[in-house]
Amino acid sequence: MNPTYLYSLISMGGIAALLAAVLGFASERFKVEQDPRVGKVEDALPGANCGACGYAGCEAFAEAVVNGEAPVGGCPVGGDKVASDIADIMGAESDSSDKVVAELICGGGIKETTKSGKYQGIETCKAAHAVNGGEKECQYSCLGFGDCEVVCPFDAIEMSENGLPQINYDKCTGCGKCVEECPRNVLLLAPLTAKTHIRCSSHNIGKIVRKTCEVGCIGCSLCAKTCPVDAIEMVDNLAVMDYEKCVNCGKCAEVCPTGTIEFQGEMIEKVEINDNCVGCTLCAKACPVDAIEGEVRKLHEIDQEICIQCGLCYEACNVDAVDLFYEDENQ
Amino acid sequence: MEEFTQILLLFISTVLINNFILVRFLGICPFLGVSKQVETAFSMGLATTFVMTLTAAATWLINTFILEALNLPFLQYVSFIIVIASLVQFVEMFIKKTSPVLYKALGIFLPLITTNCAIMGLALLIPLNGYSFIASVVFGFGAGVGFTLAIVLMAGLREKLEFGDVPGVLKGVPVTLIIAGIMAMAFMGFSGLISM
Repeated sequence: MNPTYLYSLISMGGIAALLAAVLGFASERFKVEQDPRVGKVEDALPGANCGACGYAGCEAFAEAVVNGEAPVGGCPVGGDKVASDIADIMGAESDSSDKVVAELICGGGIKETTKSGKYQGIETCKAAHAVNGGEKECQYSCLGFGDCEVVCPFDAIEMSENGLPQINYDKCTGCGKCVEECPRNVLLLAPLTAKTHIRCSSHNIGKIVRKTCEVGCIGCSLCAKTCPVDAIEMVDNLAVMDYEKCVNCGKCAEVCPTGTIEFQGEMIEKVEINDNCVGCTLCAKACPVDAIEGEVRKLHEIDQEICIQCGLCYEACNVDAVDLFYEDENQ
Repeated sequence: MEEFTQILLLFISTVLINNFILVRFLGICPFLGVSKQVETAFSMGLATTFVMTLTAAATWLINTFILEALNLPFLQYVSFIIVIASLVQFVEMFIKKTSPVLYKALGIFLPLITTNCAIMGLALLIPLNGYSFIASVVFGFGAGVGFTLAIVLMAGLREKLEFGDVPGVLKGVPVTLIIAGIMAMAFMGFSGLISM
């Protein structure tokens, strides 16, 4: 056998083996203790190191996620699947209540609104807004060409048959691209936990709103008067919701004469405290209207006259001492 | 003393006269890719200098004591590739453990250097020029310094260019390439500095 072959084999094999040994040794010797979740998150990522998330590679992104700097759904390549995998790894932290999603604050679809004319032109909201404001008479309404659907990087927005964007809360990451894109400003970011939304942006006076839209806010201010926590403010003939104050009791939706306010939760009829109560006062602290007379270590009671049936005490209670009675059937 | 002068001259000629990027046209990819900001460009240069110096030493040892001793020069490419790749891996682990600050500063650039042709070019140029061990290390270090110099200069120009009134057709990459060409010509001016 030609010695050249032999030498090549031996020298290359030797170099490779030596380097492998050195690397193996180094990986043990220079091991850096880090949050084990970083490795797990990195495994869940596509591993393309494309940088589309804005971080220098998948490892940097994984670290940012674990440090709470990046959102779990921050990988645009991985999409839903990867986001939910990472959410699983990160546990409850990712499902924190401060997730925001896009909300449409206009209810005037094709069915509900009157038309002022026929629009023929470039079929984008921006173009229609720039030319004559589209087909709908209300100059505050959603134009319905779906610029938001196009700009959404996560496919979270789909235009309904009624010509309004529908937001998929599972896919929406609250990036706010659609909010920026919308020329009519009928999209905003609201907490995912918010269940009460005022679906109108019209500052027109009630008379005009009545003519142009079936579900527009006529500025009657009934909701603002009804709201027990002053979360609704009247701004130029329009009710505006303050999501930070709102306790999702649904009272405003009940009184709204035009059905502009949508309440997605279930109406609670009565709230009672049962014998499980240990007197911890957590519910009394959570109550936005001080309806609970909370003395430490005594059975708390709810003053039914003051209670607004928001259910916050139910969420605050750790020992299942609060019973909620819904309107249709009991609990 | 004579030898010291020679080494010094080698260093200067590697940095300026035979600049890796602007005269040898090696490592153009990071030169255009990572030269948008002076800060990142400097990090890249730092990482490259670091790896180049180590590569020069490691490949000289392997080439002299294994490949040349056994008369196997055709194995240069293969062996240099695995040596460079492992070296970068090793350096990355070492820095991560000993200096997290430096590790953060170098960031993604360190692993990217593995595939930088300037490193491979350096490893292949050393046996070609027949340098001694010390000369090789100085050559590697000088190549890194030259790389850093060119990329930082480029980044500085591009930062200014952001605010410049560049004609539409030339915006972005075209004007960058023109600048690279002018810089290369400017570096040609150094060629009369030393004659070796």
